[in-house]
Amino acid sequence: MPARTNRFLMLAAGLALVLVAACSPRPPGVEIHDPYEVTNRAWFENNLALDNAVLGDTTETSDSGLRRVVRNFGTNLSIPGSVVNNLLQFRPDRAIENTLRFAINSTVGIGGLFDPAGRMGLHGRRSDFGETLYVWGVHEGAFVMLPFFGPSTERDAAGMVVDAALDPFRFLLPGREHAATVAARLAAQLAERAEYGDLIDANVMQSADPYAQSRLLFLQARRYYLGEESEEYFIDPYAEFVD
Amino acid sequence: MTGFATAGFLAMAGRSASAMTQAEARTLIGSVMNAVHEIINSARSEAQMMRDFEALFTRYGDIPVIARSVLGPPARSASAAQLNAFTEAFRGYMARKYGGQFRRFIGARADVTGARQVQSYWEVISTMTMRGEAPFEVRWHVSDRSGQHKFFNLIIEGVNLLAAERQEIGAMLERRGGSIDRLIQDLRSTR
Repeated sequence: MPARTNRFLMLAAGLALVLVAACSPRPPGVEIHDPYEVTNRAWFENNLALDNAVLGDTTETSDSGLRRVVRNFGTNLSIPGSVVNNLLQFRPDRAIENTLRFAINSTVGIGGLFDPAGRMGLHGRRSDFGETLYVWGVHEGAFVMLPFFGPSTERDAAGMVVDAALDPFRFLLPGREHAATVAARLAAQLAERAEYGDLIDANVMQSADPYAQSRLLFLQARRYYLGEESEEYFIDPYAEFVD
Repeated sequence: MTGFATAGFLAMAGRSASAMTQAEARTLIGSVMNAVHEIINSARSEAQMMRDFEALFTRYGDIPVIARSVLGPPARSASAAQLNAFTEAFRGYMARKYGGQFRRFIGARADVTGARQVQSYWEVISTMTMRGEAPFEVRWHVSDRSGQHKFFNLIIEGVNLLAAERQEIGAMLERRGGSIDRLIQDLRSTR
């Protein structure tokens, strides 16, 4: 392992530790913990402006075929990172499914341009170090709105730093090619955002408080994905009206 | 004090949940999904579909309870007339907003895949499968506390409709200085 990689790993691990330690715990019974709301709202506005500038008017669905290929290609490149996290989470079944998916799509799917594994019902399951931290018992921390990446939590943000450091392609490919895989994965994220843009527009952008709405939807969906959803926040309207 | 309330609530909850069987809860959601399937694949005009969705929500959903829950504490100070007008406006708003969402599921296969008791009601789990994509869950909260078997909430991949609408209606109300009448007025024309 080159010294440069080593130093980067140490730095990332240190930064992630600091971030996890700095996590502001969500008080019990509080569904939304957003102590940085003022800053978060400002980034939300910036991200919207950036989205509009880069993706343009999402209502006009231009060439969704190309978009799908971009998405497939980048998403496929993110699978090895998911597998690393599956293993760190002691979930060999998920690691095997993701590996199979990567093998099929990289070969039959021509380097990941197409998704034959999905057609076979092998959808895999995306994972990241934020999920690994959850499995390891780290609490969610506060809600944060990241520049470019959008809604996240302190735990997930720390995870992103570690994911960048743990990325298998960093060890397998020379610097320039590794950078290309990172670019492809970012492009896939953009393509996905463009593809689902109309949905997000419809649900969130037309709401009275798009920031609050997207924060709620993000946290609920993320907790559900991790299996961290709490019945505490289910609503029993019949019980409410027993005055 | 809290102990008493909890015990009373649990007794009530137990009774109420046992009144409706799991099979009845599953049947209700099976009917809802058949009705949704029929509407989205009917090739009717968008306006007609929205009217169909409104009729569907009225038939299978407990709209008065959903509306009241979504309005939250202001519902207590609202007059009966305001509450009625709000319920009507919310019914149309819900049909337009969520009816539009359902249209994404054209050609999808929907199956009731499970049901479990939560608090005092049933949660019925349905799985939506679209070709070439990973299946996902829509969960329905179902109760007979209105006297009829009705759903009062749905959760699409973790996103809770009641919670989202409570946030949204709360924000709308705040923007209108807490005026329920202005909220009703605007809700009638909100997509």
